[in-house]
Amino acid sequence: MLKEEVVGQEERLLNGDEAAAWAAYHVEPDVVAAYPITPQTIIVERFSEFVADGLVRTEFVSVESEHSAMSACVGAAAAGGRAFTATAANGLQLMNEILYIASTLRLPIVMAIANRAVSGPINIHCDHTDAMNVRDAGWVMLFCEDAQEVYDTIIQAFKIAENPNVLLPVMVSFDGFLISHTAQKVKVFKDPSVVREKFLGGPRKPAKIKLMGHEVELSLNPKNPIPVTFGPLDLYDYYFEHKRQQSLAMQNAYEVVKEVHEEYARLSGRRYGDGVTVPYRLEDAEIAVVAMGSAPGTMRYVIDEMRDEGIKIGLLRIRLFRPFPYRDIIEKLRNVKVVGVFDRAQDQGMMGGPLFLETRAALYELESRPKVVNYVFGLGGRDAPPEMFREAFDELVGINKGTIKPFIRKYIGVRE
Amino acid sequence: MSEKKPGWKEIPIAGVPFISSLEYKTGDWRVFKPVIDDDKCIKCLLCNIYCPDMAIHVKWDDTGNKALGVYVNYDYCKGCGICADICPVKAITMVKEER
Repeated sequence: MLKEEVVGQEERLLNGDEAAAWAAYHVEPDVVAAYPITPQTIIVERFSEFVADGLVRTEFVSVESEHSAMSACVGAAAAGGRAFTATAANGLQLMNEILYIASTLRLPIVMAIANRAVSGPINIHCDHTDAMNVRDAGWVMLFCEDAQEVYDTIIQAFKIAENPNVLLPVMVSFDGFLISHTAQKVKVFKDPSVVREKFLGGPRKPAKIKLMGHEVELSLNPKNPIPVTFGPLDLYDYYFEHKRQQSLAMQNAYEVVKEVHEEYARLSGRRYGDGVTVPYRLEDAEIAVVAMGSAPGTMRYVIDEMRDEGIKIGLLRIRLFRPFPYRDIIEKLRNVKVVGVFDRAQDQGMMGGPLFLETRAALYELESRPKVVNYVFGLGGRDAPPEMFREAFDELVGINKGTIKPFIRKYIGVRE
Repeated sequence: MSEKKPGWKEIPIAGVPFISSLEYKTGDWRVFKPVIDDDKCIKCLLCNIYCPDMAIHVKWDDTGNKALGVYVNYDYCKGCGICADICPVKAITMVKEER
């Protein structure tokens, strides 16, 4: 057992965006390239102040679009640097093309997402549709519950991304406005070198690969004995092999997320479950709810209320969405009878939201499976109060008792 | 032509090229191969000029002034068929590859 050595921290009043900016400040990436978009703007606004104040030596690139922001990050990371950006909603959709390129070129870029509904109709408030749209772009995806977790997770994200067995970009999501613009007490390290030197081990060291009998740095370093080319044509004779490699990297990311989370916890004293899922009062639960983002905070309040009434209900918050931790879901929900999966994302299919479909698919592995139903809620920032969840949870109790017929998907919080 | 290519565990990640383009034989992209009928060929060398992959070579006599004929480097010919199209005497036919 490694010893826990919590280092000096101070409390600051930060909203989620500022917490992300503070994480970037403490990491001090080589390049930050970003384009403003609500509700992410504060992240790069604050960060540009850190640059202007001389607190970081980061090259700050003000670009003309999100497509360019991600392209600049690709260039910076290919050159061997640490790159960071942030976006939301339509900005993320405009980046889409380059997201795939970043992951395929195995560039450990870190990006913060203040989750926002995708136009149209145009809306600046929270839902997860933006991140869900890019869920198969080859990025590791983590979802945070509060501003503290945003700070912690962005720092962890660099270490996950740069792990030689992973080398994939990492997206850190948190709910737009609900987290991005809500101030709370956030503990940050007093000394940024704890993050830069102690945790990340100094400047990024690109991976070494074998190329034509030489050991070279996987970067555009001109000191390489032979030059490395990024992004040439890759047709049917090699493309599939490179995709297979990416799939292995994504599988490797699962363990690395846990390891890095634990290593960080020993420095900070903070843990979020095992870094992958965060269970709450699930031990003897007959009913489980599954959700991501900030809603689990409200859900825990409702669960406590119902537990006081003797109802055996618990929560499984999914922190890691890509790679999808299906084994944990099977293990943690093995003994429950009813599962309610809460998607804060629009599904345009016939069946249900993305979190629901994958959770339900995971549970199919079980011999005796629980009933799994889907609730779509909170689209476009629609309020998600405790009473709404209570009503849904009571319905799950009814399904468990057999008084309510199970269904596939329901919308809650929408006017009929 | 169809030598065994390395598996996904053997090649470097990130899609970076690991052999020089000289060793990357693009000839196996081909569906149809150009076959030159030397009897019909008038040695005009249009095929040599038009070939986008420089895969049609000229055989010169000892003086280097007179073309004796043309031949195809099948390691790099992608089978685009431009040579057959441009040939003024239809001395090049595109034949389906058999693999």
